[in-house]
Amino acid sequence: MNQFEFHTTEEMLALCHKHKLSIGEVAKRYESERSGKSVSAVRNKMKQTRDVMYEAVRKGIHSTQKSKMGMVGGDAHKMHLALKKMPEMMGNKVTVRAMSYAMAVGEQNASMGRIVAFPTAGGAGVIPGVLFSSAEHFKAGKRKLLNGMFCSSAVGLIIAEGATLSAAKGGCQAEVGAGVAMAAAGLTEMRGGTPDQCFHASAMALKSYLGLACDPLGGLVEVPCIKRNSLGCMVAIGASDMAIAGVKSFIPFDEVVLAMRNIAKIMSPKIRETALGGLAVTKTGNMIKQKLGMKITPMDL
Amino acid sequence: MSNLSIFDIAGPIMVGPSSSHTAGACKIGQFARALFHDTPKKVTFYLHGSFGEVYKGHATDLALLAGVMKLKTSDPNIKNAFEIADQRHIQYKFIPKDLGEKYHPNTVEVILEDGKNKMSVIGSSIGGGMIEIVKIDEFDVYLQGSAGKHLSLVVCHQKNPKIMAELIKKINKLGIRIAETVESSFKDERLTVLSLEGRRITLPEVIDLEMNTEGVDFIRSLSKLQTQ
Ligand code: SF4
Repeated sequence: MNQFEFHTTEEMLALCHKHKLSIGEVAKRYESERSGKSVSAVRNKMKQTRDVMYEAVRKGIHSTQKSKMGMVGGDAHKMHLALKKMPEMMGNKVTVRAMSYAMAVGEQNASMGRIVAFPTAGGAGVIPGVLFSSAEHFKAGKRKLLNGMFCSSAVGLIIAEGATLSAAKGGCQAEVGAGVAMAAAGLTEMRGGTPDQCFHASAMALKSYLGLACDPLGGLVEVPCIKRNSLGCMVAIGASDMAIAGVKSFIPFDEVVLAMRNIAKIMSPKIRETALGGLAVTKTGNMIKQKLGMKITPMDL
Repeated sequence: MSNLSIFDIAGPIMVGPSSSHTAGACKIGQFARALFHDTPKKVTFYLHGSFGEVYKGHATDLALLAGVMKLKTSDPNIKNAFEIADQRHIQYKFIPKDLGEKYHPNTVEVILEDGKNKMSVIGSSIGGGMIEIVKIDEFDVYLQGSAGKHLSLVVCHQKNPKIMAELIKKINKLGIRIAETVESSFKDERLTVLSLEGRRITLPEVIDLEMNTEGVDFIRSLSKLQTQ
């Protein structure tokens, strides 16, 4: 077994404590060991990843183009403009900007633009939203932001190993839910939280998303996906604030992940990326299906 | 337990809209193409579960075909896969089909043909762009499409154990170690997946092994596959 190998929160925390390293630092070493590449090569690869994410955010916040079915497009820009009208907003600059960035990535994805599936394409907005917006706020150095990204990845890996990151298997809890849990930990690490606090933040975040249906209109990753990413940023930031304030999750993260797996197992396939239940079969949902030439699904009430 | 890369989670870098239905599909296409070895003249895709329900909206069809033509998940040309296939005179068909309970809901069977040869590859997209190849022709296999880890060789050979022993000796002579061998049999044929360690094996070396080892039907190297 490699020195930095981990599959669970428990193993990760043991490594953090033993080596006096943060989650992000352990994740970096894990990847270096696993791939046989140097730690700096691994860090460079994460830099490329970050650059692609930035590019998607940059394009997205300025675009007003609607998607093919006209369901999404231009909302990231609206939220970006709201940053200039902060007195009218209830959230602060960090949250409003995070929401605009998350939408930007979602809108780029919907128009077949280039993004990073972090952890998946459907849930790809939360991490850049939360981490980039917060990094701008603290004026965090590059290193801190990258460590936050490594920390988020480690949490995603624990979810992938213990449960799933596939909406077809686990519904939206496995996509947006996972993204929110990952972002909450990454942000907590960036703010100087301890590894334990990072996992408390993820646990509290993921608990709020257990059981979430995957019910995209017409099977397209647009509605409700993009706004879910946007609002997911608020939950991630809230969970991180709670952890930093000293609030602990009553249930450890590993157990929350198993709960997610259990729910995935008993969840109906109709709300697992098949567009056969929930929002996908509402009147509006069926209208979109019709436009796409798909069979209409009567709503089972 | 698997050995995922951090960049399986923070990745892949891809063209939207869906990591499982677009990026994962593209990777399955790439694997099928690498296993078939040649450019096929005709490809048929049997789409199972969620793949069959929503493939159009997620551009799963474009991505699968793009993968078979060796496009990467981040290639903006995925959009134009149909036109590219037409230019290259590749026929393609997409058919929703229930492949059975045991398969992951995002699964596709790819049938590749070039007039002489025909191969069936079944792959599942398991989330976040990660994939598994679970069947090649009649052989149950397990190949993981994980970031940066495609040092595997897939060998189809007669069941006689001497054949593998000789092949392994030759590979060791090239200075490449074998980390793991996984076998799967059907009738009197066997498919062995060798996970290599050390350096990548080169194409001329693979061809040499394939031509000059008796009892070996074919050897496919997956080392050229996209690593992110
Ligand atoms: S609703 Fe489904 S497709 Fe949309 S983000 Fe959630 S899991 Fe992904």
